[in-house]
Amino acid sequence: MKRLTRVGLLLLVVVLVLSTVCGFTLAASKKLIKVGIVNLPPEESGYRQANVEDMNVVFSRENGYDAKQTNTADNSEQIAAARGYIRDGVDYLLISAANASGWDDVLRSAKRAGVRVILFDRAIDTDPSNYEAALLSDMHYEGRLATDWVLNNVPKPINVVLIRGQLGSAAEIGRSAPLLKAAEEGKLNIVADGTGGDTWSLEEARKVVEAAIAAKKDFNVIYAQNDGMAQGAVQALEAAGISHGKNGKVKIIGFDFNRFALRNVQAGYWDADVQCNPRQAGQIDQWIKSGKIPKGIVYQEELILTTDTITDEQIEKYGINADPGKGVITR
Amino acid sequence: MPRLKRRINNLSHLFLPLSVLVILIIINLIKGADYFRITMVNGALYGNIPNILFGASELVILSIGMTLVTAASRGQDISIGESGAISSAIFVQYVLNAGEVTLCTILVGFLISCVAGLVIGAFNGTLVSFFNVQPMVATLILFLGGRSIAFIIDGKVSPILANEISNRIGTVIPGVPIPTPIILTAVFIVVVAVVLRTTNLRLYVEAVGVNPSAARLNGINPKKVIFLTFLLMGVCSAVAGFIAVNKAGRHDSVNLLKFIMMDAILAVALGGNSLGGGKFSITGSIIGAYTIEMLNRTLLRLEVNPEAIKAFKAVFIIVLMVIASPVVRVFVKKFLDEAKTIVARYSVRQTGGLNKGAASITDTTGKKGE
Repeated sequence: MKRLTRVGLLLLVVVLVLSTVCGFTLAASKKLIKVGIVNLPPEESGYRQANVEDMNVVFSRENGYDAKQTNTADNSEQIAAARGYIRDGVDYLLISAANASGWDDVLRSAKRAGVRVILFDRAIDTDPSNYEAALLSDMHYEGRLATDWVLNNVPKPINVVLIRGQLGSAAEIGRSAPLLKAAEEGKLNIVADGTGGDTWSLEEARKVVEAAIAAKKDFNVIYAQNDGMAQGAVQALEAAGISHGKNGKVKIIGFDFNRFALRNVQAGYWDADVQCNPRQAGQIDQWIKSGKIPKGIVYQEELILTTDTITDEQIEKYGINADPGKGVITR
Repeated sequence: MPRLKRRINNLSHLFLPLSVLVILIIINLIKGADYFRITMVNGALYGNIPNILFGASELVILSIGMTLVTAASRGQDISIGESGAISSAIFVQYVLNAGEVTLCTILVGFLISCVAGLVIGAFNGTLVSFFNVQPMVATLILFLGGRSIAFIIDGKVSPILANEISNRIGTVIPGVPIPTPIILTAVFIVVVAVVLRTTNLRLYVEAVGVNPSAARLNGINPKKVIFLTFLLMGVCSAVAGFIAVNKAGRHDSVNLLKFIMMDAILAVALGGNSLGGGKFSITGSIIGAYTIEMLNRTLLRLEVNPEAIKAFKAVFIIVLMVIASPVVRVFVKKFLDEAKTIVARYSVRQTGGLNKGAASITDTTGKKGE
């Protein structure tokens, strides 16, 4: 009987030792990188939804990350969350700020604590030494892509209806600037200059175009600074019986790469769409894994797709939001 | 005779919205004489007036509900855009999951969204009438949270409504020259008019709005009446959401009917209604809603700089309200009478000058009056 207990005890010890060793090796192989992500809420826009989803997919446990995420549009809540992550001792702090100012203190304390900060999508007004890198969309570049396309593909004289987004937003300023410059240089005329307001509203855009039609403005380009407003503009053209798209009189250009917009471009209902890439996570993941994080602001590569060049793969890969399916036009 | 007098009283109630509308029409006619011109495009009427009627349809429907809520509860529902977004999200989900889209699917979807509107109205109404929460505070809950709910119902994307029937509801039915949203709005207005004519709703709502305690003593339960107005508001939101989503062809939970409560409240005020409840005029609110739409388009027509357009709108509204306010009206009448009685040498131009003076003087007195 005693012998039996001894054997049992021995077995127990063996099992215990083996399991701890295994446990250690397992833990060692799964040394997770701790990341705190401060972002805006996904219901803000289709862009943000794609952005948050991308973050969730890339910074997952399977990918070797222990990520915590805070999504709020309130700058002070964002700052509080960032402070919390610094206290938790994260290795990396990724921030897309609701407001560009007010971040100096928190960024400095991150630096002191040895937390490396990477900004994505939105810049912060602070000294560049307060963060490692910023991966942003270059709105001016997007505007240049669109303006160049207009200058090269629309028969002269080019008469543009400009529909701006929220006035003063980075996207509106960047996407307007190259077009306004081209107009100043006399390469094209802006016959109507309107805005979809703070909500980049489809209805407002529609009214802008309806007003231009009522005033008997002659125009052959609609330059709408997001897809929803381009949609509203096209609704106004449809109602007024003005042709548009591939074989039509008015060329339509939108921004943001919503899949419905890309399908409209593919069908020749619209003419072009410019990307605003929400998928920064992959690039940041590469930087972290390789240990080579660049210094300062880095701009993402972005595309313009037109009726002639667009493919299904591109719509699948780069598009955001729901896909209505091939050949389906969203009026 | 008393009936005639009541008619005139009714009309004087509409003085404010109508005079504002007339001023806007005059501005537009000065800008271009062909303002009222209507042409046929692809078998549908097209022109400034159809565009205004088309663009204002959701606002008109919402301002009807807002008038009732304001009159009974002496407060405003600020969650109307959000509740429209939620009910239309449910409509879109039903249509997308129902398989083949027929007229029947759309109708059933519409009825389901109306039920959703009723549920939302019941939620707000319960808070306001039974828990005595201020209407703006009670509806603030959905104003803040409603879009998230709609976003989740949408499955975190903005679903596309690309079927033929939805497209026709949002634009025109072939063979019918009037855009469908205009027809739907007209039908809705007729239904509301019939309800107000055939039931005691107006009497009850006004009684509760004027004095809830007196209404209760006379056998009207203020809680029930206020609850009822919120239910009706819910249905109005659902109908407006239905029209809006079919117009857009896409359910954008973020932007659908955003901030429309501001315009709806303004429409109620422009319609000559007191925002403090009591007697109300739905006709006034409807005219007010069309006036706001016309104002928005007038600013675009005048090619106001996009940066300045909101400030211009605010200034326009203040000026229009002051010019059309009862205080100015009384002053104008008084000066006209004086001018008649004192001397005949007062020329028309001078009275015009005096009127202008009166307008600026009454600017402050008008505020005091309120």
